[in-house]
Amino acid sequence: MHVTINGERHELAPGATVDDALSAIGAPRSGVAVAVDGEVVPRVDWAVAKLGDGAVIEVLTAVQGG
Amino acid sequence: MADEYGTDLVIGGHKIGSRLIMGTGGAANLEILERALVASGTTLTTVAMRRIDATTGTGVLDLLRRLGIAVLPNTAGCRTAAEAVLTARLAREALETDLVKLEVVADERTLLPDPVELLDAAEQLVDDGFTVLPYTNDDPVLARKLEQVGCAAVMPLGAPIGTGLGVRNPHNIEMIVAEAGVPVVLDAGIGTASEAAQAMELGCDAVLLATAVTRAADPERMAHAMRLAVEAGYAARHAGRIPRRYWAQASSPERDE
Repeated sequence: MHVTINGERHELAPGATVDDALSAIGAPRSGVAVAVDGEVVPRVDWAVAKLGDGAVIEVLTAVQGG
Repeated sequence: MADEYGTDLVIGGHKIGSRLIMGTGGAANLEILERALVASGTTLTTVAMRRIDATTGTGVLDLLRRLGIAVLPNTAGCRTAAEAVLTARLAREALETDLVKLEVVADERTLLPDPVELLDAAEQLVDDGFTVLPYTNDDPVLARKLEQVGCAAVMPLGAPIGTGLGVRNPHNIEMIVAEAGVPVVLDAGIGTASEAAQAMELGCDAVLLATAVTRAADPERMAHAMRLAVEAGYAARHAGRIPRRYWAQASSPERDE
């Protein structure tokens, strides 16, 4: 299935989770947060939260600012 | 909010060791930022939330952790309450803090806060358990309303973000201070040390600045200057300045006849 992670298309296996999406872009597990289709997915759910086909995933961290 | 001199600044139950809150935006690289942060003596520093980049990773966070500086995520770039609320929730999840510098700006040209969206977002985030520090206009009425919805501090601007124009409306800042029951943090507009001192003399509890330091020719030296300025302004405020007089008043005794 196809999902969009931080604006880029990725191919993930059906049944892939948020955790799989993080692996797909090589993201660290600490200091990041994930939103799927505009909703925050809490860290504790990453391993079990399954992604739907076409899901839009945003992976954010802290950068210099403010 | 006027505390007794020398007492700790407390915002929503969080003790803030230094009255100079720093931003991290604008530094040429992390090495320069590190030297500036250390020289500033800050204990609380803002960061923005953006898509993770494979090359930079979590570099800023790693730096702040190493320096023992607490992180204050902002919602910079948000134009609506909905965007700001989502960004704040992501920041809480990523950084494990309930503190948020709430920024909802109206347009890119002025970067001035949008009062309607700001108040809406503040109310939602307070209800969601956040410790909300709103970046607000220098408007005493809006500051009062932000406090009424439960914000832990109010952060009026001295001048628009990044302008370095100083405190453009000192009287408004004084009115906000006079009415506020929560700490007042002068946020944005500071260009040099005397302006940071002025903000503290007006009664602000802290100053938040970034550009003035990070884009100075020598960020480390300017950070040191800001640290001294905030301390000097705070001490002067609590020392009780002399009243302004129209005519001279001799400070030496009259000459003997």
